[in-house]
Amino acid sequence: MDSALALASANLLSPMVLFFVLGLLASLARSDLSIPEAIAKGMSLYLMLAIGFKGGASVAQNGVDATLLWSLLAGVVLSAAIPLIAFGALTLTTSLPRVDAAAIAAHYGSISIVTFLAAVQALQTAGIAHEGYMVAVAAAMETPAIIVALWLARKGGGGMDSGTLREVLLNGSIVVLLGSFAIGWITGADGLKSIAPFIVDPFKGVLCLFLLDMGLIAGRGLRDARSSLTLPLVGFGIYMPLIGAVLGLVAAHLIGLSLGGTALLITLCASASYIAVPAALRLALPEARPAIYLPLSLGVTFPFNLTLGIPLYLILASLFH
Amino acid sequence: MQTHAKKRIDIMVEAPLMKKVLDLLDELEVTGYTVIAALAGRGKDGSWHRDGLVGRAGAVVQIFCIVDESRVDAVAEPLFKMISRQIGIVTITDIQVIRRDHF
Repeated sequence: MDSALALASANLLSPMVLFFVLGLLASLARSDLSIPEAIAKGMSLYLMLAIGFKGGASVAQNGVDATLLWSLLAGVVLSAAIPLIAFGALTLTTSLPRVDAAAIAAHYGSISIVTFLAAVQALQTAGIAHEGYMVAVAAAMETPAIIVALWLARKGGGGMDSGTLREVLLNGSIVVLLGSFAIGWITGADGLKSIAPFIVDPFKGVLCLFLLDMGLIAGRGLRDARSSLTLPLVGFGIYMPLIGAVLGLVAAHLIGLSLGGTALLITLCASASYIAVPAALRLALPEARPAIYLPLSLGVTFPFNLTLGIPLYLILASLFH
Repeated sequence: MQTHAKKRIDIMVEAPLMKKVLDLLDELEVTGYTVIAALAGRGKDGSWHRDGLVGRAGAVVQIFCIVDESRVDAVAEPLFKMISRQIGIVTITDIQVIRRDHF
């Protein structure tokens, strides 16, 4: 427990969290600090490539067992189930129209890969190992939530047209993440060693710069959304990750994941998407207002998860493991 | 210099919809179009800013094409039908072009 608390404080004072806070404060103070879109996208691709490759190489080294399949299945089920809970909570506590509630629910069923990256980094700092295939679980959790949310929004009717489904399944982040995972698995430790100077050593620095950018975007979203984010919505942005975390903990316990794997599944269930889901919803559910779901996911839940959530999830995992 | 009257159709639309709009323009046999990334702005649905964005949601692009006046309705109506549920605007402007046969 003491080590978990030490881990929590180390996470709060880690360079990545502090860079995020710097971006957030700079944005709220209306600084002109900004990261060009092309650089942000380049960093995002780099991070996906690095985390995917390292996950694949880890699987090549440690092998796979039945927990891989169970973890993937659990990821899909959780991603589909969490939006139902989120939708119910929003219907009970807010007066949002059905489409907005369903759109928000989709974000909370899907995942934030940057939150996942931050959790992986926190585990590595603490020297806690995790199953390399959790990267694949993250990818599997992107889409089911969107399909369930569209079903909710349309009162059980309709779904995604094939074009939108293709865009969601083949969005750039997923392709790089899963592609790198496969390449890492194929090439194994030798492959990792050969490109380690590119994907291992600079990783933490790039993540810091990326989180500075995320802080800037989150601050901008919060500034713009002061009128649309009501108190019940902000509350939802905090308690919904905790509900997801408990579901993730139960699933990880049933599957028999390691301490690191448990912390990562909890983090995935607690995180909310702000890249893949918003883009899909603009195509499939344009009536839903991005001015509500984007700031809620990016301005409330992401900062909560990055600062307090990840340490909390690590403590939760260590308490019940 | 002799010029010829044409119509310019400007479509400001959310970036995720760009491909669908371009596919529609191809389907309508518009002879050409150009896409420009918009940097920042504010509209009825809030503000947006391109800097720092990783995903396409939240970004806006401007698509423009030039058509003969006789084809304005044939192009603008399906376009409007497509983006009527989305965040975006369509404007049509009178312009003069030098090379008539291009449009």
